Amino acid sequence: MSRVEFMQGNAACAEGALAAGCRFFGGYPITPSTEIAETMARRLPKVGGVFISMEDELASIASVIGAAWTGTRAMTATSGPGFSLMMENIGYAAMTETPCVIANVQRGGPSTGQPTRAAQGDMLQCRFGSHGDYSIIALSPNSVQEMFDLTVKAFDLADRFRVPTFLMADEIIGHMRERVTIPDSVEATPPRPLAEGSLPFAADDDGTPGFAPFGSGRAVHVTGLTHDERGYPDTTDPEAHDRLVRRLVTKVESARRAIADYEVVNPDAETVFVTYGAPSRTVEQVIHDHPDGSIGHLRLRLVWPFPEFALQEFKNAKVFLMPELNLGQMVREVQRHVDQPVIPIPKIGGELHTPAELVRALEAHR
Amino acid sequence: MSASEWFREDRLPHIYCTGCGNGTVINCTLAAVEEMGWNQNETVFVSGIGCSSRAPGYILTDSLHTTHGRALAFATGVKMARPEFNVVVFTGDGDLAAIGGNHFIHACRRNVNMTVVCMNNQIYGMTGGQGSPTTPPGAISSTTPYGATEPAFDLAELAVAAGANYVARWTSYHVKELTKAIVTGMQTPGLAFIEVRLQCPTNYGRHNKLRTVPAMIEYLRGNAMLLEKYNRLVAGGKPIPEGTFTVGELVRRNRPAMGVVKR
Repeated sequence: MSRVEFMQGNAACAEGALAAGCRFFGGYPITPSTEIAETMARRLPKVGGVFISMEDELASIASVIGAAWTGTRAMTATSGPGFSLMMENIGYAAMTETPCVIANVQRGGPSTGQPTRAAQGDMLQCRFGSHGDYSIIALSPNSVQEMFDLTVKAFDLADRFRVPTFLMADEIIGHMRERVTIPDSVEATPPRPLAEGSLPFAADDDGTPGFAPFGSGRAVHVTGLTHDERGYPDTTDPEAHDRLVRRLVTKVESARRAIADYEVVNPDAETVFVTYGAPSRTVEQVIHDHPDGSIGHLRLRLVWPFPEFALQEFKNAKVFLMPELNLGQMVREVQRHVDQPVIPIPKIGGELHTPAELVRALEAHR
Repeated sequence: MSASEWFREDRLPHIYCTGCGNGTVINCTLAAVEEMGWNQNETVFVSGIGCSSRAPGYILTDSLHTTHGRALAFATGVKMARPEFNVVVFTGDGDLAAIGGNHFIHACRRNVNMTVVCMNNQIYGMTGGQGSPTTPPGAISSTTPYGATEPAFDLAELAVAAGANYVARWTSYHVKELTKAIVTGMQTPGLAFIEVRLQCPTNYGRHNKLRTVPAMIEYLRGNAMLLEKYNRLVAGGKPIPEGTFTVGELVRRNRPAMGVVKR
């Protein structure tokens, strides 16, 4: 059974988190993500969870990581400036393999930029924003339904890979209202427990260690320093660092096919749009208006790790067109994986591409 | 259970310099934990970055060695998610008063039910002895080569003003008083802040004519004045010797606290 509601994207994100069993939210108000915090503040106490308004975004993500180590599903939500402040502790979460979810409802940047306008300007920051080498998982919703569904999914992926997982939404998806179907219950997959006799940071076959949250009786020492399989600092041995950091990257990157999540429309087309998030809605309109099957569409729901193999689904592709609400970010990823021309269609300022703009680009390049 | 059973012997040798005061504070804290009768499996040590913050790595419990300045924010997450855990934070003057100052005042304001032990050696020790917000005026460090010119933070007074339910200050000389203060702090619902002035002969004493451990301990003992005596002198209009700092219990109160298990 399920119920159908008409709700805002940000509220759907919060409902998805609650359905997934999220019981801790540490946050700081920031437009255009604030409704996620507000919904959590209202709902969490009623389900035995904890909402706490922290003093800044550094503290928000820190509290989330602390809560996550107690075995509680935990998240925060923010936008550009707050996202920048979270970067150091996001690296800490990656280094310590802490499962947690960060929703970024993107707005125009840099700096304070356009608080109430949509953008997709943080797509590379979410992948590379903290110092050093690491890997993360990022999802990109294009509807209110997906604000719910992909938030649920983010928690499962975060637990499965013990990695910070991002819901990279934008102001348009966060603030629009649509029909959303909310199931009565969601099946959540908890992290694999640390096996008896295993060291807390010794990886299993999939590259991810079992998880022994605090209180498990395993006396786990968690540190952001380079550490060995026991969790003990080992900061000078080149091999120890190489082994750890290479594993942190590989455990996610090697799962690209297993966790890929994308939609393919008209795979025989010669002209192919590649999108994620809100711009896909405009492409859907263009394809609706041109129902001859000549326009292909690859829409990524999971953007990091980047599923380069998805581009090969378009065997006849002669050109890829990439509308983004930035000056060209994910387009670099597409460009380095295909031989065909890849045309960026950048747009900033806060508004979606119009169908006419995309048709013009289409006609110029086909 | 004795304090030695809380020690991760497989972490030896430790990183602390000869004569460092941090070991004394760890020992006093573990003695307090032992007196509290806490269960190892329900006790979590949290820290930030710096010499003080390496302490949890030597203790045989779950522990979170976090980022510089953020220990209290991480600890707030641990404690609020699982109030039944005993949470102890080890921090230092740079970690708590400089980069972590905002988290410090807000943790005190919230009165999160945990124990915060600050090892205040008045210097950035880990990075080799740079001036910190508690370096006293006139003191020499690698970044105050002509003597520190900024006023020093009084961390205990700051905690009182920000709302912590229990605040005390002692030194690494006052081990019995310190242990007792940590116990009292652990027993008091709300945030307990215990500042410990301690010696860093390597990176503080060496540049300030306090080259040996006895010289540093004598400096701490000699400048520490019991709060009661201090208040008596002030009330009597008597002069307070330069370099004096107060020790004792600054506050013990029962303001509303967060993260307290409802029984």
